[in-house]
Amino acid sequence: MSDVTLRADLGHWRGWLLDQAPGSRWQARLGRWYRAWLGFRRNGLAMTGFGVVLLLVGIAIFAPLIADREAATLQVLTQRLEPASWQHWFGTDELGRDIYARVVFGSRITLTIVALVSAIVVPVGLGIGLPAGYFGGMVDAVLMRITDIFLAFPRLVLALAFAAALGPGIENAVIAIALTTWPPYARLARAETLTRRRAEFIEAAELQGASHLRILLTQIVPLCLPSVIIRLTLDMAGIILTAAGLGFLGLGAQPPAPEWGAMVSSGRQVLLDQWWVATIPGMAIFITSVGFNLLGDGLRDVSDSRAG
Amino acid sequence: MITLENVSVAYGTGARRVLAASDVSLHVTPGEAFGLVGESGSGKSTVLRAVAGLIAHAEGRIVLAGQEMGRRRSTATRKMVQMVFQDPYGSLHPNQTVDQILSMPVAIHRLGDADRRVATALREVGLGREHRFRYPHQLSGGQRQRVAIARALILQPRILLLDEPTSALDVSVQAEILNLLTRLRRDHGLTMLMVSHDLAVIAHLCERIGVMSRGELLELTTADALASGTVTHPYTKQLLRSNQGFDPSSVDIDATPAA
Amino acid sequence: MSDAPLLTVRNLRVVYPSDEGDFRAVRNVSFTLGRERLGIVGESGSGKSTTGRAIMGLVPEPGRVEADLLRLGDTDLRTLNERGFRKLRGKRIAMVLQDPKYSLDPVMTVGRQIAETHRHHFRSSAKQARAAALEMLEAVHIRDPERVYTQYPHQVSGGMGQRIMIAMMLIAGPDLLIADEPTSALDVTVQHQVLAIMDEQVRKRGMGLILISHNLHLVSSFCDRVLVMYAGQIVESCKAAHLSEAQHPYTRGLLAALPELGHRRLVLPQLQRDPAWLEDVAPLTDATP
Repeated sequence: MSDVTLRADLGHWRGWLLDQAPGSRWQARLGRWYRAWLGFRRNGLAMTGFGVVLLLVGIAIFAPLIADREAATLQVLTQRLEPASWQHWFGTDELGRDIYARVVFGSRITLTIVALVSAIVVPVGLGIGLPAGYFGGMVDAVLMRITDIFLAFPRLVLALAFAAALGPGIENAVIAIALTTWPPYARLARAETLTRRRAEFIEAAELQGASHLRILLTQIVPLCLPSVIIRLTLDMAGIILTAAGLGFLGLGAQPPAPEWGAMVSSGRQVLLDQWWVATIPGMAIFITSVGFNLLGDGLRDVSDSRAG
Repeated sequence: MITLENVSVAYGTGARRVLAASDVSLHVTPGEAFGLVGESGSGKSTVLRAVAGLIAHAEGRIVLAGQEMGRRRSTATRKMVQMVFQDPYGSLHPNQTVDQILSMPVAIHRLGDADRRVATALREVGLGREHRFRYPHQLSGGQRQRVAIARALILQPRILLLDEPTSALDVSVQAEILNLLTRLRRDHGLTMLMVSHDLAVIAHLCERIGVMSRGELLELTTADALASGTVTHPYTKQLLRSNQGFDPSSVDIDATPAA
Repeated sequence: MSDAPLLTVRNLRVVYPSDEGDFRAVRNVSFTLGRERLGIVGESGSGKSTTGRAIMGLVPEPGRVEADLLRLGDTDLRTLNERGFRKLRGKRIAMVLQDPKYSLDPVMTVGRQIAETHRHHFRSSAKQARAAALEMLEAVHIRDPERVYTQYPHQVSGGMGQRIMIAMMLIAGPDLLIADEPTSALDVTVQHQVLAIMDEQVRKRGMGLILISHNLHLVSSFCDRVLVMYAGQIVESCKAAHLSEAQHPYTRGLLAALPELGHRRLVLPQLQRDPAWLEDVAPLTDATP
């Protein structure tokens, strides 16, 4: 296909997406996403964050292609604490393992934790917050007091206590982090629901005979979801840091798993002489956190400009 | 079709109890259009919402099409009474297309054949196929109000409640919506209960009119009586004067604004 | 001196650039205002509010304001920057908007807000400012100025809020008051009180008033002269009392579409918009009188 016809074709799709009178449900929905993307694309920092997150996901998916799985756990005691070289791009750690391979495969652990935490936190937060805001009264009081109890504990300490009680390991780290992360989501969902509870379109749905469940799921959830997702993206940095913190303290992923926090921890004894052992995974944690933060900020800007 | 007997609605308790509507009684015959007129805080919208079933704690009897309304309404009674709201921006879900908005009532009442019903409803309110998959923010105020009317009509209700349906619209669009309502009422034999602060609008659509102030129904009158000025209550007379445009000589500049 | 126009607007244009090309919100609007009450009517999107905002220097970015002439007395408004406008606002032109709740600071008592305005413009002492504010509250027929002075905006009703806004806007003694839908959120009876107060003050002080409204009846019964705007242009300009004999089909269509009490019609004539109304009217040149 020549460049000209390709461009004409792209123009055609663009026109189809931006059509003011879409011909189907799907065209309408895709057009809406495309417009949001156009707004998002203008925000340079957000695009940087999006790029970082995309890169992270790419690295995690294609890890076996860009690094040697064996090298991540292979101990070569004769090559301990070597600086960067052509053979070991980021050097080796105290057990002679290739840090590059460990960082690459570590992204899988980090993303797994992030995905699992999200999969727990969003449904729990919405499940508690939506009924509290929608029904009010006793339901609200009970649900919100439960939330307050969880909110009253310092996050890392509670996560530590859970991880210590359940035993160290990734699954338990995820449960510990999720348990301490959901309360703000419940509050957010409640606040969003409260502002919409008296909206006329909710009353209209009530008049049409819609059940509470239907109203919650079809009318209110779609409106709460954007702010929940934005909050989640902004929280990602904190979740990653908590996970790393648990790893650092030996309560997260267990050796020899290449978890970034645990890697920083193991490098701390040799920080002054072999700085790269702790610094490289530290950089990975830092870049990922900043990436998620920028992405979250960008998403917030896009949704704000649409609301305004 | 609509009978209200001593309907009262109060908010708050004890010393802070406020009567939003007190002892309102009226009767609307099938096919009739009845108007409630008054200023803000007069209780006209409260009465309408009580009829709609949006105020569960309303006291007194509400009888719709011969059925006494209880605290909870069945899905079947919901289908019989539908409402069009004042604000065409707030009464449509911002994230749903017109198609989704109109399909929901069909799904709730399991009417089936959603595709044809939605198309018919749109045609009836004068919207084309090109509007079907648009989001509310892609529609003008008048088009949104048409969608809201289509949503109410798709359930084929017998009673249509109108809460200031044109007060957020431009004059030219108001005329279009009023004409649409007149036609729909004739075609479907709808019984209408309309609330407005605008005497001319209410007298255009309704034959009989109730004047409300501070929660009370002051006077039952007719559009003809309003037109000829043969109303009895001083408050109605005052409203009628205000409606005739600004006249400095008739304004009591020092009167305390009503709370 | 009193014969010289207070405000001269010639070929005012307001343009908002956008992805789909420039949107011309106001197109070649020209009028002069003396010490009179001028009404600007039109439907939403007609450019009536934007015209008012352009005179106040309140067109938000990225909107552009251009004009061949835009003079307030002897000040050329086109050359003013934001600082220049800030000095002018309140002191020489003031604006009353639809909802006083958004125009008043919710955490400051209304009295203090009026007094602050006085201090800002006259560098007066706290005592003088307070006295002036109380006097102003009395001038807008607030019966108990001392009590209202200490109230917060959320404690006052809509009509009272609008009186307070008028007091605040007039305390620095502007020559021109622009009222953009000042009474649309109020009940009819309160509406008329607020208008009567505004009218009284404008007459007493010999000010010019621009009343921007969508309400044809209100404007024609309140103002001396009316401009009818459509799609950013003035399509009709006439004496308010003669609005019923308007010439332009748009104005006539609007008037016909209004339901009337004494004249009940089964079907209201709907406005048929003519694309010809959108065509540019010729800009005013030096040759046109």
